Amino acid sequence: MIQWMQRPWPWYVAGPLIGLTVPLLLVMGNKNLGVSSSLRQLCAACLPAKVPFFQYDWKKEVWQLFFVAGILAGGFIAGVLLQNPRPIQVNPRLIEEMKGYGVGEPFDVLPNSLFNWKMVFTLKGFIMMVVGGFLVGFGTRWAGGCTSGHSIMGLSNLQWPSLVATICFMAGGFFMANVVLPVILKI
Amino acid sequence: MIKYFLSGVLFGVILVKSEVVSWWRIQEMFRLESFHMYGVIGSAVVTGILSIWIIKKFRIRTWGGEPIVPKTVPFQKGQIFGGLLFGFGWAITGACPGPLFALIGAGFDVIVVTLLSAVAGTYVYGLLREKLPH
Repeated sequence: MIQWMQRPWPWYVAGPLIGLTVPLLLVMGNKNLGVSSSLRQLCAACLPAKVPFFQYDWKKEVWQLFFVAGILAGGFIAGVLLQNPRPIQVNPRLIEEMKGYGVGEPFDVLPNSLFNWKMVFTLKGFIMMVVGGFLVGFGTRWAGGCTSGHSIMGLSNLQWPSLVATICFMAGGFFMANVVLPVILKI
Repeated sequence: MIKYFLSGVLFGVILVKSEVVSWWRIQEMFRLESFHMYGVIGSAVVTGILSIWIIKKFRIRTWGGEPIVPKTVPFQKGQIFGGLLFGFGWAITGACPGPLFALIGAGFDVIVVTLLSAVAGTYVYGLLREKLPH
């Protein structure tokens, strides 16, 4: 039983479940799935001073903060309590490529050799964690949403600007992963 | 509000169990080395489209009895420029905003740095907003 619960889920189980959060939130109270707006909420709640973009009644959308707190708890349940003890199964070609950059084997969800506290204070780690995170926050807000808000929610409601955003997410990702990231990993 | 917390718990469990939170899975996706991520996102979108179609067709209401109005998204240039920048960040960190929270919960405490940096990115966007094309 425990072993069965520790196993990762195939795409055809996980995908439809993610899709079902769209009607779930709508039926609960007309809420649109979207995670990145919670980052704006955090800014508005903590440091709204004199920035018009953060001067709004964030308490009206406070459900988003409850939602992301839930994601954190869900991460604990699935990632700690029901942790998959086996290494993640990825394409051997990727493993070979990453070995060439000294990244190591995929024993964990993240490569521990790249994402750790010591690395934060190196150039490579700074780019991977700090610059990367900054781009995620800046880019999603400029785009008006992230993978959940545009690619799942927006596309589910057949909004073509969300398709434009999704195509740009993918284009940026393909360029970074194949052209720029190899240079960063060689640092 | 507890219902939104519980929906988040569910969402977080799915993100981890589907390995969508994995840097390795994101790298595979951007190298076309696996169908997994395309399967997850594709089947999520199909389920979402069907769900909203059913909601509209049968005029389903919220638990509070209100008519359901899913958001519409007007076009603005940020979807292109911001979209590309987010794509860069997604490929570097291997995480979009949802997985950032899920990873911290899963015990990868260093991802707090990435999350705080994402909050900083959002803040700087707020400061520069008037000067950026939209």
